[in-house]
Amino acid sequence: MDTAEREKQFQEKIDSGLKVEAKEWMPENYRKQLMRMISQHAHSEIVGMLPEGNWITRAPSLRRKAVLLAKVQDEAGHGLYLYSAAETLGIDRKTMIDQLLSGKAKYSSIFNYPTISWADMGAIGWLVDGAAIVNQTMLARGSYGPYSRAMVRICKEESFHNRQGYEIIYQLAKGTPEQKEMAQDALNRWWWPSIQMLGPSDAQSKNSDETMRWRIKVESNDTVRQRFIDRTVPQAEAAGLTIPDPDLKYNEETEHWEIGEIEWTEFYRVIKGHGPCNRKRLKARQDAEREGQWVREAAAAYAGKQRARAVKAA
Amino acid sequence: MNKEEALQAYLIRLGDNALILGQRLGEWCGHAHQLESDIALTNVALDNVGQSRNLLTEAGRIEDKGRTEDDFAFFRKEQEFRNNLLVEQENGNFAQTITRQYLFDVFQFHLYKALTESKDEFLAGFAEKSLKEVTYHRKLSGDWMVRLGDGTDESHAKMQEALDIMWPFTGELFEMTEIDEVLIAEGIVPSLKDIEEKWRPEVEAVIDEATLAIPDTMGYMARGSRDGHHTEYLGYILAEMQALPRSMPDAKW
Ligand SMILES: [Fe+2]
Ligand SMILES: [Fe+2]
Ligand SMILES: [Fe+2]
Repeated sequence: MDTAEREKQFQEKIDSGLKVEAKEWMPENYRKQLMRMISQHAHSEIVGMLPEGNWITRAPSLRRKAVLLAKVQDEAGHGLYLYSAAETLGIDRKTMIDQLLSGKAKYSSIFNYPTISWADMGAIGWLVDGAAIVNQTMLARGSYGPYSRAMVRICKEESFHNRQGYEIIYQLAKGTPEQKEMAQDALNRWWWPSIQMLGPSDAQSKNSDETMRWRIKVESNDTVRQRFIDRTVPQAEAAGLTIPDPDLKYNEETEHWEIGEIEWTEFYRVIKGHGPCNRKRLKARQDAEREGQWVREAAAAYAGKQRARAVKAA
Repeated sequence: MNKEEALQAYLIRLGDNALILGQRLGEWCGHAHQLESDIALTNVALDNVGQSRNLLTEAGRIEDKGRTEDDFAFFRKEQEFRNNLLVEQENGNFAQTITRQYLFDVFQFHLYKALTESKDEFLAGFAEKSLKEVTYHRKLSGDWMVRLGDGTDESHAKMQEALDIMWPFTGELFEMTEIDEVLIAEGIVPSLKDIEEKWRPEVEAVIDEATLAIPDTMGYMARGSRDGHHTEYLGYILAEMQALPRSMPDAKW
């Protein structure tokens, strides 16, 4: 069978709604696109541990400390799980991590913003995990089996994170005037990055055509973004907070919330490495890798000795 | 000192150990040498924070002055903390963290095991429930002790240095006060002498297997936590941990 025929059959399979599994034939570009997407997602989980890890030692109650620890731990678990999903496509974790550390691979640019107040723990859970859920619920319907199943599993935990984050924000918003101010300030800083986190608008997005045809994504960035906006605006209202967008209005006809213009220059500035924390985040990962070198070497050396001892004993 | 006072103080001692160790381990989150270890250390942190919440809540209940777990954690001064000096020591590198952890895990394991037979219903139940967690911690840190001690020359040197740093803080784990006397007489807690007798041979065997050596401290060991005299580290730990709630004492979180 020639490649054209294979690609045709592949497309038919996808169109009929079947999932593609790891061992099956797939076009090289399908594999590449998925590898990029899944590893990027895995990196985001790992780098995403840093802004929240920043508040573990300073959480204002023991309950919040425990919940935050558990959340950041979940994100590490998501990272692990996603690296494994990417490995099914024939790339190993070491290579992916090297790509992250060298700056070759991207991660979600939202994590390049600093967490400068406790309310940011609320805003991240509510908005960032919230945006992630909307996106990942869509990705769960995608065509690649291992990724789609990973998304189903991960989304369940993201829902927890989202609820806990909103609970933090809600409690602050209903707390003392100073606390309410913290909540509003966090919303002001995290709203637009969360909106942007769902990717360039459809008009500018370069990957969309092929990824949609292969059902790597089943909906466009703007569709997903609209769903996130529609579910989040009423939540802000319920907490008594104001979305930082003077042009925000409800369209009675379409039954959607319409937002003002997105400042894409800011988005690209951060993506290109010039956000407030890009260097700090990458350095934290590089440091962990470097300082962990002797540990990994020791573990390997010890395993080697153990094997040698077993051989000798046998 | 009556039984209630002694019990409350004992719960604070256990609760502070779990809290400060959990706090220290929390510093690692996101920075460990591989994801698996990050998850494992966070697990241990989480277990300890969880234990401290139970213990401090019960301390407040016995005291009966309306103090909550958070009042104890965030609104006490440095010298009111009763955690052992060992748990407040710096994370340092992974070798130091693991060594501190191991020396404490074995202690906590044997102490909790003995406490499952406490005549105090809360302590017995608490110990029973927490023993599973601590059994896992002890296995995790013990495995790393051996792996790193008997790994490469570099890891061996780092582990020996870590043991030299942490060892002098192990003596006061077993120091007893009037609190212990009162509670031992009531059958509520074990003698720490008995715990030491279980701790020492186990720790020595693992240190030996790890090809490490116990440092000669010429008989001198650090002490002070029973009187609230800590190392210089605790002040910084608390400054970081307590800053936010103290800056807004009327706020609920
Ligand atoms: Fe995610
Ligand atoms: Fe996640
Ligand atoms: Fe999450």
